[in-house]
Amino acid sequence: MINAATTTPDMLKARSGGAARFYAIWLIAAIGLVVLPLVFSSGGSLTSFSLIGIAIIFALSYNILLGQTGLLSFGHAVHYGLGGFLAVHMMNAVASHDWPIPLPFIPLFGGIGGLAFAILVGWVMTKRAGTVFAMISLGIGELVASSSLILRSVFGGESGITTDRTALPHMFGWSFGPQIQVTYLIAFWVMISAIAMYALTRTPLGRICNAVRDNPERVEFIGYDPHVVRYLAYGFAGFFAGIAGGLTAINFEIANSAYLGATQSGLVLFAAFIGGTAYFFGPILGAILVTYLQLGLTNITTVWQLYFGLIFIGIVMFAPGGIAGLLMMHRPLVRAGTLRMVIASYLAAAIPTLALALGVILTIETVAHTSAGDSNTIDLFGISFDPLAPVTWAAAAVLLLGGYVVARMTWRRTAEAWDRAATVARDRGYLA
Amino acid sequence: MLELIVISTLNGVLFGMLLFLLSSGLTVIFSMMGVLNFAHASFYMLGAFFGYQLTRWIGFWPALVIAPLLVGAVGMAVERYGLRNTHKHGHVAELLLTFGLAFAIEEIVSMIWGRSPVDYRVPALLDFPAFTVFSTNYPAYKIFMLVVSAAIFVGLLIVLKRTRVGLVVQAALTHPAMVGHLGHNVGRVFMLVFGVGSALAGLAGVIAGPSLVTQSDMAGLLGPILFVVIVFGGLGSLPGAFIASLLIGLIQTFAVALDGSLASAFGPLDPGLGPSPLTDVWNVTIAQIAPILPYVLLVLILIVRPMGLLGTRET
Repeated sequence: MINAATTTPDMLKARSGGAARFYAIWLIAAIGLVVLPLVFSSGGSLTSFSLIGIAIIFALSYNILLGQTGLLSFGHAVHYGLGGFLAVHMMNAVASHDWPIPLPFIPLFGGIGGLAFAILVGWVMTKRAGTVFAMISLGIGELVASSSLILRSVFGGESGITTDRTALPHMFGWSFGPQIQVTYLIAFWVMISAIAMYALTRTPLGRICNAVRDNPERVEFIGYDPHVVRYLAYGFAGFFAGIAGGLTAINFEIANSAYLGATQSGLVLFAAFIGGTAYFFGPILGAILVTYLQLGLTNITTVWQLYFGLIFIGIVMFAPGGIAGLLMMHRPLVRAGTLRMVIASYLAAAIPTLALALGVILTIETVAHTSAGDSNTIDLFGISFDPLAPVTWAAAAVLLLGGYVVARMTWRRTAEAWDRAATVARDRGYLA
Repeated sequence: MLELIVISTLNGVLFGMLLFLLSSGLTVIFSMMGVLNFAHASFYMLGAFFGYQLTRWIGFWPALVIAPLLVGAVGMAVERYGLRNTHKHGHVAELLLTFGLAFAIEEIVSMIWGRSPVDYRVPALLDFPAFTVFSTNYPAYKIFMLVVSAAIFVGLLIVLKRTRVGLVVQAALTHPAMVGHLGHNVGRVFMLVFGVGSALAGLAGVIAGPSLVTQSDMAGLLGPILFVVIVFGGLGSLPGAFIASLLIGLIQTFAVALDGSLASAFGPLDPGLGPSPLTDVWNVTIAQIAPILPYVLLVLILIVRPMGLLGTRET
């Protein structure tokens, strides 16, 4: 799932003199960050932008571990949460002592909080990679989450610790009271962090991280200690996660123990993996999608977390490269001009797949409504269903089974078409 | 004091045996396929809920047999249609698949049975005090749980060490290719082991359900402790898992029963100090830190002896 990915941008640059294109992408991203809050300036969309921005930093920091270094962590939210708590305490201290530290610098303290904890526990944790690392990260995550409920004076117990972001010294005359100013603050930090994390992947350290991921034994032979490399990567990941936590603390003006918990760790794993860990922009896509779904689905259905789980399982089983992996699979076909060979079979496969998805959704909603004793009609894409009527169940069953059988056939055809297109592309000199 | 020791020892051994029912399957599956099954605790939860539903429909005793079989069937389906297809993408993908499954199973269970505890009762036949220690009535159902888990433990030992099937399973753990060459269907052996492991977890759920709380977060609460048990005992080691299960069972039970704190031992701190982390630590009772003790143990063992108590390999 994670291979050879980091070499492709180099080839791209070498081939098409792509330096200009490379900077253009970053420039477009920066302009997007400035313009979007101006265009969609309603309160709801500003909140969404803020949450998506934080999720992007968090997911990118996670990918330093999973994608770059091959460390699967189940406790990344620890750094995020501790960063948030340090930021809140810092904000309260700045406000009460009148220190000359304006709000935009606070996320840096969040980062330091995340980094400090990474330095503290990282050496023991990164001794081994693989399953053992995953288990320890889970254990440390549970340890910190449970301890946070005991150390009430630091973590504020169940209710958390509140703060007031407007009480800090102002900067450029901005009080950071209105949401739009906070959104721009987050956008600024998203840009800085994304550039820093991208630059990190281009440094010798970033490259040796990739090597540790792929073959730690050979890394030892050429004179590096994989343990040290993993430790450094862990420190960087903790730092950027802490920045995300600090921004969350600023955004909500509160830090509580839920920030540290397993749910948060699971969400960032979902975001990074669904987006695709093999490419730098994968976790960005994942963070946008997961946050958007989280905000959107909660209004529509009570069982939104189940859909999350199913999407994740689907990605793990059928597209372990994530969305980014799926997109980049098509690049050689686009270059070689053989994309149209697969488009027709994609369209043919799309219809039964959609039917299958509809069947799954209808089944889940029917079960959810029935067992909750809720006999209100299900409103699915403008069509109303009665959850207790046999016709609804029959429709769900037909969609589910029929969709599955036909989708299986069409996807087999699609795979064959794909192989043909990829072969032609390879013959024309574009590596698939 | 003596009463507390006797009762806590009984409860601790009981909890330890339950943990072993779960961790034995988990650790065998791990050494066989190299996959740490995140959904293992979810099978335990499925066992409890299937047991509850079947008890309502056909009574407890048939449920005791049928529910674990159902869970075992679910487990085999997961191995056959999920893990086997994901194997080509590597261990991380397999681990993530079980992680996603654990998440989805918790959501499905809470969708069907709700998020609050269900009324899963001890069967009437066993609803009496078995004996009285000092002033505490010890329920017969707990003795039944102890007997069932001990019987399973002995049965597992005999099957693994003394039968032909056990021989094939043990050989497939270390030399799958050779076992395949000798004409055994290794894929089916894997599927069966996964099924049996899941069924044992389901059985633990059926018998633990009435005694503990049957709720949709029970998998999330127990899962991390299971991982502590098998890492502590040494990944892939059955005797290690047994010792670690009992140890953690006893530690947690005793910690919950004890009410002491630093403040009660050395007297309260000067109230003039105000709230600080020190006062938090000073006033916290042993019962309150019970949930974090397994993780402290985990961190300690990884520092002192990274391969676990009886483990032989580092990863």
